[in-house]
Amino acid sequence: MQLSREALLQAYRQMKTIRMFEERLHDEIALGEIAGFTHLYAGQEACAVGVCEHLGPKDYIISTHRGHGHCIAKGCDVLDMMKEIYGSTEGLCKGKGGSMHIADVNVGMLGANGIVGAGAPIAVGAGITAKSNGTVSIAFSGDGACNQGTTFEAMNMAVVLKLPVIFVFENNHYSEHTGEAYAVGAESMTTRAAAFGMKAIKANGIDFFSVYEAMRELIEYCTAGNGPASIELDCERFYGHFEGDPQRYRGEGELDRIREERDCLKTFRAKVTEAKLLKGGDLDAVDKEVADLIDRAVEEAKAAARPTANDVLEDVYISY
Amino acid sequence: MTQKMIRDVIRDTIDEEMARDDSLIMLGEDIVGGNGAPGGPEAIGGIWSTSTGLWAKYGADRVIDTPISEAAIIGAAAGAALTGKRAIAEIMFADFIGVCMDQIWNQIAKFRYMFGGKSRCPVVIRMPWGGGFNAAPQHSQSIHSFVTAMPGLKVVMPSTPADTKGLLTQAIRDDDPVIFLEHKALYGVKGEVPDGEYLIPFGHARQVTQGDDITVLATGMMVGFAEAAAAQLAEDGIGCDLLDLRTTSPLDEEAILDSVERTGRLLIVDEAPPRCSLATDLSALVSSKAFASLKSPIEMVTAPHSPVPFARELESAYLPSPERIVAAASKLMAYRRG
Ligand SMILES: Cc1ncc(C[n+]2csc(CCOP(=O)(O)OP(=O)(O)O)c2C)c(N)n1
Ligand SMILES: [Mg+2]
Repeated sequence: MQLSREALLQAYRQMKTIRMFEERLHDEIALGEIAGFTHLYAGQEACAVGVCEHLGPKDYIISTHRGHGHCIAKGCDVLDMMKEIYGSTEGLCKGKGGSMHIADVNVGMLGANGIVGAGAPIAVGAGITAKSNGTVSIAFSGDGACNQGTTFEAMNMAVVLKLPVIFVFENNHYSEHTGEAYAVGAESMTTRAAAFGMKAIKANGIDFFSVYEAMRELIEYCTAGNGPASIELDCERFYGHFEGDPQRYRGEGELDRIREERDCLKTFRAKVTEAKLLKGGDLDAVDKEVADLIDRAVEEAKAAARPTANDVLEDVYISY
Repeated sequence: MTQKMIRDVIRDTIDEEMARDDSLIMLGEDIVGGNGAPGGPEAIGGIWSTSTGLWAKYGADRVIDTPISEAAIIGAAAGAALTGKRAIAEIMFADFIGVCMDQIWNQIAKFRYMFGGKSRCPVVIRMPWGGGFNAAPQHSQSIHSFVTAMPGLKVVMPSTPADTKGLLTQAIRDDDPVIFLEHKALYGVKGEVPDGEYLIPFGHARQVTQGDDITVLATGMMVGFAEAAAAQLAEDGIGCDLLDLRTTSPLDEEAILDSVERTGRLLIVDEAPPRCSLATDLSALVSSKAFASLKSPIEMVTAPHSPVPFARELESAYLPSPERIVAAASKLMAYRRG
């Protein structure tokens, strides 16, 4: 199905926002501005956006430690996200969670998560709610998380309960420093998911259109009462596992090659301009708009209110 | 003696024990690193650099890189140990204990007893723990209180390079399961380490400073904080008898009670939250067995009853600090009965 001009611009805007958010964080972290562990999502934008462009606030997603992209794609406020990562009380989680725990349940974003494999079971529960709403619940997981027993249990339970849950496996080929080829014993995550008894497909995670069209099909399938489904997205992570990772497990020239040949933003631009759906200038205008947004986000985050000792026991329901 | 950082002591100790005992294996995530990746195996040797070089030396049958599967890691360590191996399992962050709790609590900890004393389960579960990195609620926690509460586990928490060597060697040679807690903030701490074979039996606290006014008990990163506080208190003429417990199970009750009987005052410093904790446990011990010696109520400096927050300011306020220890000590000294 042909997307409208507005829909195309919106998809591009979302992907570009994620990219620039992460690129800027990469720079700010190098300056020592940001505390804690940060896992950047750059490179995988077509996955988050290709999935989330189908979703409304009553559809649910749950994310991973690499959560910024999912948050932005699902509609978390970018300024408040940046403030959270800077640890401000004005942040989306009041500085309590930081990068690894950004959440906004009001927009159906059930949280980034520091525990690998913790998301999928929670997505099953959100799937119970989704079933009664006629919506869907999405569990984003990596190729590493797909080896966690919790993920297996969630897949089986979603099948048993026939829930509208979609297990999205973003295969960026690494779990931290270990290759997917070593850690995933099955032929693929797709054959594994299929063995649980669900519809399981693959799509090209560096092509927004591939992800978007595949997800359309799966959402229709799941909301029609057929039970869960899974999709494996072949994609690339452009930075280290976390900021500061020396990435010695990469091949010679690998980063240059994937940035050159497997960049979902370049792919998108080439596709829409070649098909004359959008002009280069349209996309440049979005680039400018997004750059301004990110500048503003960082500027505001740096100036935002800092927590004090009194805030430690805020939102604790029993304290001693 | 050699000067070494704790992270290197851990690697070297495992190396020495692997060389000594062919039955010793090690399992964990990324403890080799780079398996199945273009950069090839041993790309990192553990995210904490506590296993660098071991895969190259002992091979993939003994240095086992695993998928992200904590329950299976601990279960596999248990099964190997029940059937004649010795196993070291690394859980990358102690917080991930949640994923493998059954294997630790219902399985490993219970085998010897439940099987009528006819089995042994020599597993060391190494877990980096603790705060100080702004690593947020799921990567900063202190788990020693609840593992200490579990019958069937020994719990070790070294704070110096030398103790790390002596206690890790002891843990690996122990026939029963040992939870070996490595404080993340101490990996880079350097100090003198005895050369050659060096074992420290469990259940013996280390005297860090001597003093007659206050007994101070601490573990892990809190030992250094308490030492800093003790130095400051010494300037005001207050002497701290600071004990690093080193193992919380078994616990060196004798050293604690002897000290309190001498000083009459107890200050416990604990990074864990305050309820049903190591701190309350030590407090109960002293109030039931050394009540008559106490000149004042027991003081506890602990984390609050909340998750560990992310932001720098919040985590600093959350963690006990030398300032809070000094304040609590001053309060103890100022106490007057009646
Ligand atoms: C239960 C648990 N085990 C291990 C980790 C440490 N860890 C964080 S991310 C990660 C790799 C995850 O790989 P993958 O699922 O492929 O996601 P990616 O990092 O590629 O986005 C690991 C091992 C964790 N956070 N939680
Ligand atoms: Mg991955």
